Amino acid sequence: MKTTYREAMRAALRDAMQRDDRVFLMGEDVGRYGGSFAVSLGLLEEFGPERIRDTPLSESGFVGAGIGSALGGMRPVVEIMTVNFSLLALDQIINNAATLLHMSGGQFNVPIVIRMTTGAGRQLGAQHSHSLEGWYAHIPGLRILAPATLADARGMLWTALQDPDPVLIFEHGSLYNVAGELDDDAGAVDIDKAAVLRHGDGLTLVTYGGTLPMVLEAANRLAGEDIDADVIDLRTLRPLDAHTVVDSVARTHRAVVVDEGWRSGSISAEIAARICEQAFFDLDAPVERVCSLEVPVPYAKHLEQAALPSVERVMAAARRAVGANG
Amino acid sequence: MAEFRMPSLGADMEHGKVVEWLVKPGDYVHKGDIVAAVDTDKTVMDIESFEEGVVAEFLVDLGDTVDVGTPIARITATPAELPPAPTPPVPQADAPSPKAAPPVRHLAHTLGVDVGRISGSGTDGEVTRADVERAAAAAPGTSAGPAPAVAPEAPAGPAEDTAHRVRSSPLARRLALELGVDLAGIPGTGPGGAVTEEDVLAAVPPRERAPQGTRADKPAAAPPSAVPATEPATPDLKAPAPPAPQPQLASHPGRKDAGGKAESLRQAIGALMSRSKKEIPHYYLSTTLDLAAAMAWMQAANQQRPVSSRLVPSALLLKATALAAREVPDMNGFFTRGAFQASSSVHLGVAVALRPGGLVAPALHDADTLTLDQLMDQLRDLVGRARAGRLQRAEMADPTITVTNLGDLGVESVYGVIYPPQVAMVGFGKVLEQPWAHHGMLGIRHAAIATLSADHRVSDGLRGGRFLARIDELLQKPGDL
Repeated sequence: MKTTYREAMRAALRDAMQRDDRVFLMGEDVGRYGGSFAVSLGLLEEFGPERIRDTPLSESGFVGAGIGSALGGMRPVVEIMTVNFSLLALDQIINNAATLLHMSGGQFNVPIVIRMTTGAGRQLGAQHSHSLEGWYAHIPGLRILAPATLADARGMLWTALQDPDPVLIFEHGSLYNVAGELDDDAGAVDIDKAAVLRHGDGLTLVTYGGTLPMVLEAANRLAGEDIDADVIDLRTLRPLDAHTVVDSVARTHRAVVVDEGWRSGSISAEIAARICEQAFFDLDAPVERVCSLEVPVPYAKHLEQAALPSVERVMAAARRAVGANG
Repeated sequence: MAEFRMPSLGADMEHGKVVEWLVKPGDYVHKGDIVAAVDTDKTVMDIESFEEGVVAEFLVDLGDTVDVGTPIARITATPAELPPAPTPPVPQADAPSPKAAPPVRHLAHTLGVDVGRISGSGTDGEVTRADVERAAAAAPGTSAGPAPAVAPEAPAGPAEDTAHRVRSSPLARRLALELGVDLAGIPGTGPGGAVTEEDVLAAVPPRERAPQGTRADKPAAAPPSAVPATEPATPDLKAPAPPAPQPQLASHPGRKDAGGKAESLRQAIGALMSRSKKEIPHYYLSTTLDLAAAMAWMQAANQQRPVSSRLVPSALLLKATALAAREVPDMNGFFTRGAFQASSSVHLGVAVALRPGGLVAPALHDADTLTLDQLMDQLRDLVGRARAGRLQRAEMADPTITVTNLGDLGVESVYGVIYPPQVAMVGFGKVLEQPWAHHGMLGIRHAAIATLSADHRVSDGLRGGRFLARIDELLQKPGDL
């Protein structure tokens, strides 16, 4: 069927609510407004205010409430409007959700799922456009998902809800309108493995989330220059499936990592380090990275685009890696 | 100035122990001269110099175990390049303290410049930062003053070696090590002139690419070695063999060293054979060779010869195998990096059982070009050196196809495991008298079962069958071998 990323997300929520009455959704504007990004549009009418709960502007409060309800046996899905605002709930996420299992000596799991949008490209300015998922991927005790395809938008939520521990789902704002074909019977997907979405022997392109469409386009255009690339969608940023990346690099000998986060200390840095640790003697060129420039994301369109990874920058990095054009 | 490094005597070798220096500092060595004996986990091997020049100094002591690639000696172009003895650092206390502010002195120390030797341009001749930097730039790494951590006069460490500083990708370095080429001589096309995989491959003709370490096969017996002079000249057709060394997997009690050696060799064999069985899709063929003509010819030939130079059936089998390998290139070469490279030479690996157990399979180089007598001589030499642990690197690394012969042990047929990265293994069983139907008549003939284990990624039964058939055909005209 034809669908969009937004609709696939909504279908996943509806499916989870129907399958398990412990599941409920809460967050700012998820109910009467239908969600800041219209993901939960219509769910209030379908499931009622008990299960689709509008919250005050109080990230620390409602994320904490979600953690409490998870401890109490519910399966909360908490929506935070953007990753920038999730910083207000960092204490709850990192000091409580991620640590309680450990600090209770294994007695208390926190089966919470927290969804939030991430990323730039829509002229929302520095306070709504950052990609901080790499920060969260640093934290033991959390699982970090970055659905980039329709199948993952449809299938990751249910698998995340089955996880007894906290799972954060990062939805790149530019993906909601992406339309495409999805199997009518699409359902839960695994959240442990990276996916090789395109096969080529000349180079490994590694990315995740919002930059995936850009990387696939770059790969298609590179094929026209006889540069055939593997494209790997990491899908899960923690725990990382470095194995798939290393296997690919062992075959292609070259890697370009594309990450909308800032270069310093980003997921791209972790991937590059793993490649160097585990595939050093298979490398024939330095690992290249394409990241956002280290500035607060600008509001002005041309400046914003200049600060972000682009098809052209990915292609240039790929050419450098394979030794074409210097 | 070059460093002689611990060579890789096979892809699975990680370190080696220098057990003997066969040259001494001051000796002149040519490329290919044997300079030392190295104990790998499997055997002791002679290693040859890749450089020509004067041995300047040894960088490791006898008995030191070092990683592959570690410099073990320095070889200089001429004696004049021999290093002066390292000078101990001059104690600062005795020298008049040059005028320089502490930060400047610290900088001088960092750059390995002696402040005392710099004429200062500052007030009252004080040495300034600029003076120090100029001095450092003018004489990079020449200092006789307070030695920096790595003084140039200090015995050169890896960082001092130009070869070590060849810009190259890790993959290129690994490949160069495996192929036994020197990166320093390869022009680089990568970023900043770095040598890339492509550059290394371009510099090494495919047929010269040494296979990655191949050592061990299944427990096999030795081919017959030298005929003992005391052997009576019987017309007996059984190959006169020395007391057959029974491969023993158990180590002798009280011979810990040999036991440890056998143990590590067993592990190496196990690892390599596991890899072979995991990676190589083997297929197996067998055929019974009609050896009537070959044995009759050999008996006649041996009657003209002194006992010491008699031929044994193995010589004929090996020669026929080498000739057939030349004719069927899909059996002869290496499957590496996902592709098969046929070899233009035939270096026939011969499985040799070692007395403490285990085996090695060194090469008879260009076996297809040897006369039977040359082949016999080289076989004796090779078997003797294999058992004495004096094989050379090339002999271990070069086999393009391997033969195992278990006839001496009374085995009728043997299906070998291919040595990676080779693609075929030929097995010969015992030469037996058998009832044989020929032109509608039944008679008694000598025959032996020849088997082929071959790599299905490279060939299939049709080609393998032709190869075995060629061995049989060639043995029908033993005079031409």
